Amino acid sequence: MADAALFEFLHTEMVAELWAQDPDPGPGVSAGPRGEGGRAAGQKMSLSVLEGMGFRVGQALGERLPRETLAFREELDVLKFLCKDVWAAVFQKQMDSLRTNHQGTYVLQDHSFPLLIRMASGLQYLEEVPKFLAFTCGLLRGTLSTLGIKSLVTASVAALPACKFQVVIQRS
Amino acid sequence: MSRQANRGTESKKMSSELFTLTYGALVTQLCRDYENDEDVNKQLDKMGYNIGVRLIEDFLARSNVGRCHDFRETADVIAKVAFKMYLGITPSITNWSPAGDEFSLILENNPLVDFVELPDNHSSLIYSNLLCGVLRGALEMVQMAVEAKFVQDTLKGDGVTEIRMRFIRRIEDNLPAGEE
Repeated sequence: MADAALFEFLHTEMVAELWAQDPDPGPGVSAGPRGEGGRAAGQKMSLSVLEGMGFRVGQALGERLPRETLAFREELDVLKFLCKDVWAAVFQKQMDSLRTNHQGTYVLQDHSFPLLIRMASGLQYLEEVPKFLAFTCGLLRGTLSTLGIKSLVTASVAALPACKFQVVIQRS
Repeated sequence: MSRQANRGTESKKMSSELFTLTYGALVTQLCRDYENDEDVNKQLDKMGYNIGVRLIEDFLARSNVGRCHDFRETADVIAKVAFKMYLGITPSITNWSPAGDEFSLILENNPLVDFVELPDNHSSLIYSNLLCGVLRGALEMVQMAVEAKFVQDTLKGDGVTEIRMRFIRRIEDNLPAGEE
């Protein structure tokens, strides 16, 4: 059983990869790993890549849920499940609040998001925050996807470590 | 069994799988970003190193182990305390070199590789190489320069997974010139 701290350490390191120093690509520098000229060697992860990784992990997590859990009566039940069971499994705490306009938009609030806690609280580092949220947004989107719900998940932070996740259900 | 108990076990399982799933996604991504397996291996080692230098503090804070007096004690702590705490397994320690500066950690099962299969075109990939970096980084912070490398891997068809640990030297604290 992998300890919960390991995920946090791994996540922090994955985000750090995103911000690793890119050597200045001067003229005549060798092409990047995929042969694209001008890019510094070693493709750096972008926010969308982090989100994509979170999505695949969220999907896989969703697939490991027992069958009975998947019989939700309505959309709101799924979101409640996300806020209680999934959040507790992933972050050892439940989401602090869930609000909805009953028209497919949900706002999930965590007053003390574990992946932001180690950073200073308040307004310092606000700029750095998006890269720390991308993976988790993807994770939520992925789990919802396995539960049959297509969504768009974004996150915003007014002051660390409190964080809001906005889930907008996509109806085709 | 009460519904409450079921929920608890499911949560625990999910949280433990979170790390292995995330690790798998990371390796997959690195294989896309880097053209050859060697570069992926190096990147995993580097990331592991960065994790190790921070993980050691978490470990020392939670485990309450004192300073190790020799490499044999270190081996015991790594296998019986650290691996147990973080990965829930206790590798066995074998194959000590006569000089006492090398040993092997044998993992009957490696939690990182649950559900993992190496595709044919990645035969040089050392999937769990992050672990070697973590060991190296963590031990460096307690003044030990070591080399860690996989010599057997169940992913490659071996019966067990074996990490070979080699003590290189003690790292003395470097004082700035002019100070005693």
